[in-house]
Amino acid sequence: MSQQDSINDFMNMPDDRGHFGPYGGRFISETLMAAIEELTDAYESAKKDPEFLAEFDHDLKHYVGRPSPLYFAKSWTEKLGGAQIYIKREDLNHTGAHKVNNTIGQALLAKRMGKKRVIAETGAGQHGVATATVAARFGMECVVYMGAEDIQRQALNVYRMKLLGATVVPVESGSATLKDALNEAMRDWVTNVDDTFYIIGTVAGPHPYPAMVRDFQSIIGREAREQIMEQAGRLPDALVACVGGGSNAIGLFYPFLNDAGVKIYGVEAAGDGIETANHAAPLCAGQPGVLHGNRTYLIEDPNGQIIETHSISAGLDYPGVGPEHAWLKDVGRAEYVAINDDEALAGFHDVTRIEGILPALESSHALAYVTKLAPTMNKDEIIIVNLSGRGDKDIHTVAARDGIEF
Amino acid sequence: MSRLEAKFISLRKAGRKALIPYVTAGDPIASVTVPLMHDMVKAGADVIELGVPFSDPMADGPVIQKASERALVHNTSLHDVFAMVKEFREVDNETPVVLMGYLNPIEVMGYAKFAELAASAGVDAALTVDLPPEEGAEFVAELAKYQLDPIFLIAPTTTEERIAKLCSVASGFIYYVSVKGVTGAATLDTGAVADKMAAIRRHTELPVGVGFGIKDAASAKSIGAVADAVVVGSVLVKQADAHQDNPDAVSPAICAILSEIRGALDSL
Repeated sequence: MSQQDSINDFMNMPDDRGHFGPYGGRFISETLMAAIEELTDAYESAKKDPEFLAEFDHDLKHYVGRPSPLYFAKSWTEKLGGAQIYIKREDLNHTGAHKVNNTIGQALLAKRMGKKRVIAETGAGQHGVATATVAARFGMECVVYMGAEDIQRQALNVYRMKLLGATVVPVESGSATLKDALNEAMRDWVTNVDDTFYIIGTVAGPHPYPAMVRDFQSIIGREAREQIMEQAGRLPDALVACVGGGSNAIGLFYPFLNDAGVKIYGVEAAGDGIETANHAAPLCAGQPGVLHGNRTYLIEDPNGQIIETHSISAGLDYPGVGPEHAWLKDVGRAEYVAINDDEALAGFHDVTRIEGILPALESSHALAYVTKLAPTMNKDEIIIVNLSGRGDKDIHTVAARDGIEF
Repeated sequence: MSRLEAKFISLRKAGRKALIPYVTAGDPIASVTVPLMHDMVKAGADVIELGVPFSDPMADGPVIQKASERALVHNTSLHDVFAMVKEFREVDNETPVVLMGYLNPIEVMGYAKFAELAASAGVDAALTVDLPPEEGAEFVAELAKYQLDPIFLIAPTTTEERIAKLCSVASGFIYYVSVKGVTGAATLDTGAVADKMAAIRRHTELPVGVGFGIKDAASAKSIGAVADAVVVGSVLVKQADAHQDNPDAVSPAICAILSEIRGALDSL
């Protein structure tokens, strides 16, 4: 009997100390412990409070524009000649990605806790923009840490954050990318622990972040489940989503975890290829370790030093992954695959040309995997793929690959 | 009796405060570290805290982050750190050595192997910054097999309930972080430190060291008045930064600062 067969409930994780099997937990300095315990208590009480949940739902509907459509991609389905493909349109959310679902939830929690200042880390800038957006709306001071390298690559989002009133702090330490921005945000939090709320952008970090961010993002899967029942009259056969830290993916997957007939595919960034040193695929090519407050799969050297990652998509360019994904991989409930830069670009162009939807390069990894998966399935089978964000921010990157400069 | 226990007993008898310098192993180059350890003992160090470099030192300020980066330029590994301690022990079998670092290099090596190799190299204790006792039972058990002390941090924000828990699992000494923030952070409130000392001492007989924020003879003296040990890190590591192009100058610069602090502590 496989591990998967012996588990009958995949939705009761984590345990009360934040463990998903051997993963997750709370690997933090004592200097952060009081703040993490305060946050845990506040979240535990908020998630049972009908008033908090009603305010969250209200904001998702009227501010974010939910529910996001579940769109049957007829032309693309016909072109691939296999399973029917439904696209969950998180790109249509306010600010253009799934990230805002989580920042609304955490900002409401910050407000409830009386915190006047929020901080965030960002890679591509999507989470930074989503945080600056909610901070502007709630009148909170907002500081966003961003790797100096990423600031160069994502000038448009940096300016958006500044327009929204946020201070963007360049992080020069380490490799000057997302992981270092996360380190720096943690250092800020330790220093300003009394008045500051740290809005982590993905399902990583110490407990309760992986569970809390999953809960906020699960709206994606709950809606998709209802929408597919309405449109197709049955559950899908497969779910596909890209995985960096893994918040859009867990948001889609979680409400389906106990539906044994639904296959689940998480798509990591293979960069130049997982056989090279230049990728961002810890589940496919890494090993377990401890970073940023949790135990999970990491890209590290034989001495346990974290290695710089590579992906064409800044949002997937992270050496770790949410601990729930690590657990779902080990127990066999989800399968993790990798798509390289060239394949992701092909997926980007396909969906842009065939469906008239310009996807983010992150989401393009999931779309590229669909182009492989759909033809292997029957025409009466159904795939739901999460289109986690829109691609306007990536135009410069795509153009540069095609040798075009503006 | 462990080296740490013996050291603190003899210091108590002599009415002296312990001076614990922190330096990062392999910073700025590998050949500096062992002679520096001997020099620091001569300059008045009682215990040496040796930093194990890590790529993502989340609890450290910019000074110690850069030390890790310099040491990692030439790939200073845990094995290298053990080799340094072993070499130090060929001459000095008395001064306790505490390894300070982050969990991941130890995870990758394996807890059992870490404990075995650390003990055989002559290490006395391990302070693993991102391993709280809730996650650390297995690691602490491996350390105990080799009489290695697990050192835990207590912070200004630590509740009395957690102080009790931390004191019940710690051995060797307790490390009190005197400021809210990262290593090398700014202001030090001696009154608040004294209050917290009293709370800690209600739960343990272990010696209490204070670190983060001590940068000169005056601050060391005021902390020494209420603590058993004073930990000095960033102000020393800055010297490795300043003299990285002339590594021979690192040890004299660090030891000049240490001697001054030693003098201040001995005047108490």
